[in-house]
Formats: sequence, structure tokens, C-alpha cells
Amino acid sequence: MAYFLFRRTLGFVLTLLAVSVVVFAVMNILPGDPALTILGLDATEDALAALREQFGLNDPLLSRYFSWVGNALTGDFGTSHSFRVPVSELIAERLPMTISLAVAGMIFTVILALIMGIGAAANHRKAGDWGVMFLSQLGIAVPAFWLSMLLVLLFAVKLRWLPPGGFPGWSDPVAAMRALILPTVALGLVQSSVLARVTRSSALEVMRQDFVRTARATGFSRQRVLWRHVLPNALVPIVTIVGMQFAALVTGTIVIENVFYLPGLGRLIFQSIANRDLPTVQALVMLFAAIVVTANFIVDLLYVVIDPRLKARA
Amino acid sequence: MSLLSTTLSRVTLSVLLGSTLCAAPALASDLVIGLQQEPTSLDPTADATASIDGMLAANVYESLTTVTESGEVEPALAESWEISEDGLTYTFKLREGVKYHDDTDFDSADVIFAFNRAMAEDSTNPSKSIFKPIGSVEAPDENTVVITLTTKDAFFLFNLAQGDAAIVAEESADLNNATPVGTGPFKFDSWTRGDRLTLVKNDNWHDAESVQLDRVEFRFISDAAAASAAMMAEEIDAFPGFPAPEMMPQFEADPRFNVEIGSTEGEVILAMNNSKPPFDNVEVRRAVSTAINRDEIIDGAMYGQAVPIGSFYPPHGPAYEDLTGLYPHDAEKAKAMFAEAGVEGTEMTIRVPPFPYATRSAEIIQAELADAGIDAKVENVEWGFWIDEVYKKKNYDMTIIAHTSPNDMGNFARGPDYFYGYDDPEFTKLWDSIQTEADDEKRNALLKQGQEYLADQAVHGFLFQLPRLSVIRTNVDGFWKSAPVLFQPLAGVTVN
Repeated sequence: MAYFLFRRTLGFVLTLLAVSVVVFAVMNILPGDPALTILGLDATEDALAALREQFGLNDPLLSRYFSWVGNALTGDFGTSHSFRVPVSELIAERLPMTISLAVAGMIFTVILALIMGIGAAANHRKAGDWGVMFLSQLGIAVPAFWLSMLLVLLFAVKLRWLPPGGFPGWSDPVAAMRALILPTVALGLVQSSVLARVTRSSALEVMRQDFVRTARATGFSRQRVLWRHVLPNALVPIVTIVGMQFAALVTGTIVIENVFYLPGLGRLIFQSIANRDLPTVQALVMLFAAIVVTANFIVDLLYVVIDPRLKARA
Repeated sequence: MSLLSTTLSRVTLSVLLGSTLCAAPALASDLVIGLQQEPTSLDPTADATASIDGMLAANVYESLTTVTESGEVEPALAESWEISEDGLTYTFKLREGVKYHDDTDFDSADVIFAFNRAMAEDSTNPSKSIFKPIGSVEAPDENTVVITLTTKDAFFLFNLAQGDAAIVAEESADLNNATPVGTGPFKFDSWTRGDRLTLVKNDNWHDAESVQLDRVEFRFISDAAAASAAMMAEEIDAFPGFPAPEMMPQFEADPRFNVEIGSTEGEVILAMNNSKPPFDNVEVRRAVSTAINRDEIIDGAMYGQAVPIGSFYPPHGPAYEDLTGLYPHDAEKAKAMFAEAGVEGTEMTIRVPPFPYATRSAEIIQAELADAGIDAKVENVEWGFWIDEVYKKKNYDMTIIAHTSPNDMGNFARGPDYFYGYDDPEFTKLWDSIQTEADDEKRNALLKQGQEYLADQAVHGFLFQLPRLSVIRTNVDGFWKSAPVLFQPLAGVTVN
């Protein structure tokens, strides 16, 4: 186990290091001038030169990279070029929004997918199964931003049940939750369609095994067998997909936050790339990479919990 | 399931716990204004983002002068002024008893500080050129400021009204990027980056009785479809600069809304790289002007909501001359002109920045050039790329862009390094005389001459004046229809 942890931690560090090189190189090769983007087309040459000097853009590339990595290791991600405040402050402001959305999206995805997937498996080759298969096919085919607009038009413009976008903050929990409903559904529906299909086929495979028949023969109810015997044994592929989907959900917030004008990290990264705000983009890409790598790590740990046989192998 | 359900409930619980960390619930606002562009900083003297001026100039910050909707200069922090006979010395009488929002006093020392800060060598003021003609700024007493210019500048008082020339205080200037402090009719209240910004009424303002709004909220919505939905769902009361012209008929038909179609200072041009063949040849540029059909472009790109221009001057301006008939659209004639210049069948690229007016216009212009025998490729590029490759490095054949600054005909006198690549001593001379002519009538005559000259030289394809589309709830009054400057004063806005 210690070796396993060591190996994963090393992998984590190396992945982030590789990401840091790539993001730094890409952001610096990309055409664009942060000073000109901020000061606009009427700016004079000397004002631009003064701002470039302030940002340290005149230093050599390599020394900028190493000072950035060095500072990042001590938790200092620099000052945002366009917002003129520490990047860590920007991230701290917006992280709760994105995490709320991603976690809500994940919960929605998992609950909907398990109900649909197990339901379909239990009704294999019956109307319920076909219904789930059809709906999930539809869910996979629909682009998230288009679905978002349809949801807004129906529930916010036509019926006026929910706000069309924006986030009032957690100071008003009811308003905050209402504001999260549509984005959560838009974010999670596609993912739950994928997961429902995986759940269905994984459950079907387990249901064919002898112990399920034995359990039924002992007199356990159908429901009990499904949820207590079939599901836990079908979990390994499901958890693998969930881990991958969490990464997709976190990055999917970029689109959803723009459509629902939510003040989260996705919208920040979108804006920062357009503004050529190098310190902010770099820190955010690193953060997203760290979240994805961590999610994969947690999935690996979960395998051991779900299937103790794997512990011996690890 | 037991394992799953406990993890799930734990996650739900933590979300709920997070939600109980409450602050006071938000107060209701009198007016909610939608803005497409989201500011990154709140200091108009350090960042060119138009929405900073749009929200804060003339509302939170004040300058020595201000501008009315028709573009006339009026007193603001300067109560009155006198201009010496040679047009070089401006003596401003400052308003007395004015206080900044942090309760510090406003006097001539603040004016000196603000100007010195903007003019300093290491200043990063986005409109430093406004201050270029200034030789000295002096304060003979607390309520008087004397500014001496080195050259005459007909636009000086107008330029001073801009947010870039806001009179910021020494005590608060460095923190204005997140907590703006000014002297205006509204005080900054709060800002959730990426979401909203609120202002509250300043009861100490000299004319506070006339201000009806107690609390104004700005919401940032960049997506055009989301902006429409937010209006329809009545989340937003007013959306000046509405981003979706195609939605106008729907709002017009809705009794809840008024739709205003005003003008801006933005001339939309099909810019040609004058420093590069074939556009260094005036006949080729004239052929391009003959090939384009403005009515078709306005119908297709702006859903009919724009006024065509034949030169580089806004149609609502006092010196406007209609030159749209100079090169009547004629594909056959354009084809012959291109053939004569020896460029028939040449491939050209239109590099287009990511603005709807530009991308939509590009497709129509591409088809029109094809009719005239020119194979133009449309290349949609991102804004940062455009700034670097097109604007800075002049690496382009043609592009489409709106020039949104007022009084910007001087762009054509910016020499060969400017991205137009246009270098014409004759026009530069003409611009110098325009800029230094203090008499309105004479200056307008010169401006007409300038328009004629640029149209004759067909420096660019002049397309249309960028409209300002606004969607406003019927119970809201006082919003400017047109935008002569970037700001929108809220002191005169009322809600019934």
C-alpha cells in the first residue's frame, strides 16, 4: 500500500509538472499581447511599455518559467494581469461556485443513472428497458449548451419556475439551490445517459451469474437482490466511468457557466484566455489538471473498497 | 447501495452545511442593468475595457467636464472655465464643497494629482494621448486649476470628460481597481466578479435630490441567447448595447419592452492593408469599394438596423456629409476595375475578429467580392490573435473592425506604423488643421473636407455606423438612446 501511494504521488507530481510546461509554453507561443489587450487600441507605445515592464514580460522566458514554478510551490500563483489581484484570491472566490455545480451535477448524474440503469436491467428486453435505451441515446446526442437554452426557455421564460441564470451566492440557500437546478440538469443529463448505459450492461452481466440465482432461490426479494447483490458487484466499471465523468463535469462547467452566466472558474478561464491573462490561465489549468488527477486517484482507492480482492494485487 | 447512499448523503450534507454559512440576504435593487462585457478591473484610468466607463464614469467617478447625449460638453467637477485667446490656457473653476465617497475633500490638489498620475512616464493610462498636448497643470488656489497646452486641441474639453481623465484621489487611487472611490452621484457598493456589481445613491452629491434611483445593479451576461432569456424572464430591466439584433422584432412585439435603436461612435470598416500590394494601389481600393453593397451587408449582418457610411465620420455628427453614393455598387464595373489593375483572380484573406457584426459582414463581403472576380478567404480569428497579428504586426490583407472612439479621424494620420499602413502627408496636414481649429464652423468645414478626401482615396471600405440597440422595460425612462461616449449617466434614469 505504501508503495502504491508513493507511486501515485510521484505520478501526480510528474503529471502536474508536465502540464505546467505545456500550459506555460502554449500561453507564451499563442499570439497576443496582454498589455495591448488591457490598454486597448488607443494606447500609446510608452504606456504599453510601462505595463509590460510591470508584468515582467520583458524577462527571458526560462527565468519567467522557473520563477513561476518556484512561487507556485510556495502557494503563490502571482497576480492576475487583468484583475490586478492575487490569482489565489480569484480562485478562492469562484471555487465554491464551480465545486457546488460539479458536485450537484455528479449527484444528479449518479442517482439518475443508477435508477435508469438498474431499472433497465431489471426490465431487460421490456418496454422500460427500451425506453431507457432510447432516452439515453437521445441524452448522449444532445449538446449541453443547446439543452441549456431549451431548459431556460421552458422553465425560466415560459413557466417562470426557475431563474434563467446567475448565482445569488449561498447567503440565500433557497435562491442558490433554485439557481443551481437548471445548470445541474444541463450538466448532468448527458453524463447520466452514458452512465445509465454502463450501469445497465454491467448489471446485466452480474445478473447472469449463479450467485444471483442462488440469492433469489433463498427467497430474497427481487428489489433486495438488485440493490444489495447485483449493484455492488456491478460497481467496478461504473466507478471507473464515474471517475472519468467527474473530470468531464468539471471541464463541462466552462460551457454551462457561460450559458447560465454563473461566476465560476469555467467562466474565469474563458475570460482569462481571451484577455491573455497568463498567471490566471496557468493557475487554472494546473488546478483543473490537479482535480482530474485527484479524481482518478480516488477512483483507484475506491476499487480497493469495492472489491477487496484487488487489495492483494495492489 | 448502503455504501453509495452514505457517501451520497455525506456529500449532500456538506453542500447543505456550506449553505448555512450565511451573510445578510441581498437587498432588492431599483434597477437591474444587463451588460455584455464583463470588467476585470474597476479603474478606468488603467484599463480600456469599455464596461468600466459604461458603469462607473459619470456615475461613481467624475471628471472636470462631462458630455451630454448629443455630444455637448458640460461642467462636472469644474463649474466653469475660461479659455485664453490663443486657445492654449484653460482656467477651470472647481465646484466647492465636494467630497469623495470616502469622506475626503476634493480640491485642486486632487486634480493636480490625477493629471500627474496619468501623464507620468510610467503611467499606464489607456488614453495617454488625451494628455499629450498638456504642457503644465497648476493650482493657484484650492478651487482653481490652470492647464496650459503646448498645441491647440479642439477636442480637449470633450476628451477630459472621459473616464480615462477621471479625477481620482491620492488616498484611494491605488485601490480603485477593486473598490472605486469617486465624487459622483452613486457610490460603489459591492462587486462579485463575473456576476454583478451594485451602486448606491450618494446623498452628498450636489444635485442628489434629482437622483431617483437608490440602488442599481449591473449583471454581466456575455452570451446573446442568455441575455435574451434574462430579459424575457424579467430578471433584467434594461440592456443597453443589446448583443442580438436578430431578437429585436420579438422584443418590439412585446408590450413589456421598448426597443431603442441609437447610434454609436463606431464606424465599421473593411480595412485594407494600404502598405501591401495590391491595396497600395488606389484603383484596387476603389474597386473594392465598388464591389461592396452596403445595403446588402446591413440587411444580412445587422438585420437592417444600421446606417450606411461613405467615409469615416458618424452620420449623427454635425459635420457629416453623405458620401455613400461615391462608388455605387456595380459588380461588373468592379470586375473590370480589378482586371485593369491586374489583380483579377487574386486570392485575398479577410481576417475577422470574433464580433458578430464583423463575422456576419465578412461572409457577405466574401460573396460580393466573388461576384467581382476576387477569391477572398474568410479567416475567423480570436481577439488576442487579431490584436497581435493584424493590429500590431499588420499581418493581414483585409479585416473588419469598428472604430468606437469619438473624433478618431486622426487614425489616418497615425503614419505607416499604424495597422492601416496608410501614410499620406496631405491628410496628416489636414488633420493637424482640424485638431487645432477652435472655431466650430470652420472645423466642421475641414472635417467635411477630411471625409471627402478619405472617401476619394478609398482608404478602406466604409460600411456602416455601429448601432446601439437597447432593450428597456417600458417603466424605465432616461436611458440614452445613442452613445456619444462610453458612459451612461444614471442620475437622470427613473423607474415608474
